[in-house]
Amino acid sequence: MATGSRSEIILEELTAVVLLTLMGAAAIGMARQRNLYGVVLLSGIYSFLMATVMVVLDAVDVAMTEAAVGAGISTVLLFGAIHLTGGTESKPIHRPWLPLLVVVATGAMLVYGTLGLPAFSDPGAPIHQHVAPRYLTEGPVKTGVPNVVTAVLASYRGFDTLGETFVVFTAGIGVIALLGRRRPRRPLDKSREESKE
Amino acid sequence: MTLASHFSYWVTVLLLMVGLFIVMARENLIKKLIGLGIFQTAVYLLYIAPGKLIGGVAPIVGGQFAVYSNPLPHVLILTAIVVGVATLALGLALVVRIKEAYGSIDEDEILLMDARDDTSPEPEAKDG
Repeated sequence: MATGSRSEIILEELTAVVLLTLMGAAAIGMARQRNLYGVVLLSGIYSFLMATVMVVLDAVDVAMTEAAVGAGISTVLLFGAIHLTGGTESKPIHRPWLPLLVVVATGAMLVYGTLGLPAFSDPGAPIHQHVAPRYLTEGPVKTGVPNVVTAVLASYRGFDTLGETFVVFTAGIGVIALLGRRRPRRPLDKSREESKE
Repeated sequence: MTLASHFSYWVTVLLLMVGLFIVMARENLIKKLIGLGIFQTAVYLLYIAPGKLIGGVAPIVGGQFAVYSNPLPHVLILTAIVVGVATLALGLALVVRIKEAYGSIDEDEILLMDARDDTSPEPEAKDG
């Protein structure tokens, strides 16, 4: 089924492996870095790496969105928030042994779970058997759009996308409600309704 | 099962766990939101990587191609990215408000202030 030559396939896999390794390194760097400006820069790098991985994985629409939204808007939002709240993280009081233990245990379980999953790029995997062939053959004919992702997003799952815009709209209202009206600072006890157990 | 066939899953698991670790272990609220973002992008990878077919092309139908990667995960993740940035914006707005109210975005300090408020004198007993 593979149309590319053997060396092309190896190159493709190698690119993905290198990029994924870099992403892992960037994520670990983010966990260790205490200067929040550095963390946000790393997260921008991480997002661009993710966008590149998406190109390698043939998800070009996702790559474009991730580069614009993940690396662009998110970074701007984070820088704005850091500007308003201060840029360094204080040192933790205690070593994070318990979270580390939980994370390692969960990760080990998840890795054990992946052993039962189909191999990367296995054409017989269940994901390639059900609706995808139908979208690929019927989508362009029925909707007239050669880009199947656009066809599914705007036509087959149009209401889904409409719901998504509602989510974004709600979040926008939330941000305006939180930051829009600046009141003078009041003592905390009066501004909260205490419900004692 | 070889290293190459499951490498993408394992990187996904690594990223998920790094994100989870940041959310649990770091006290700074902005750092927590960044950790949440890492977790979220790892989920993108979890969805998109299985849809890839090596030798295939992006799902834009043209006469000269026969093998395409699966378009459905791409659609789902496009939605997730946009919703993700909406969540991030809302979370950051909350953090900015917390900074205004408490003067800190460090979780330990905020919890300490809350505990001090709860145990402070002048109980102001009005139930209901």
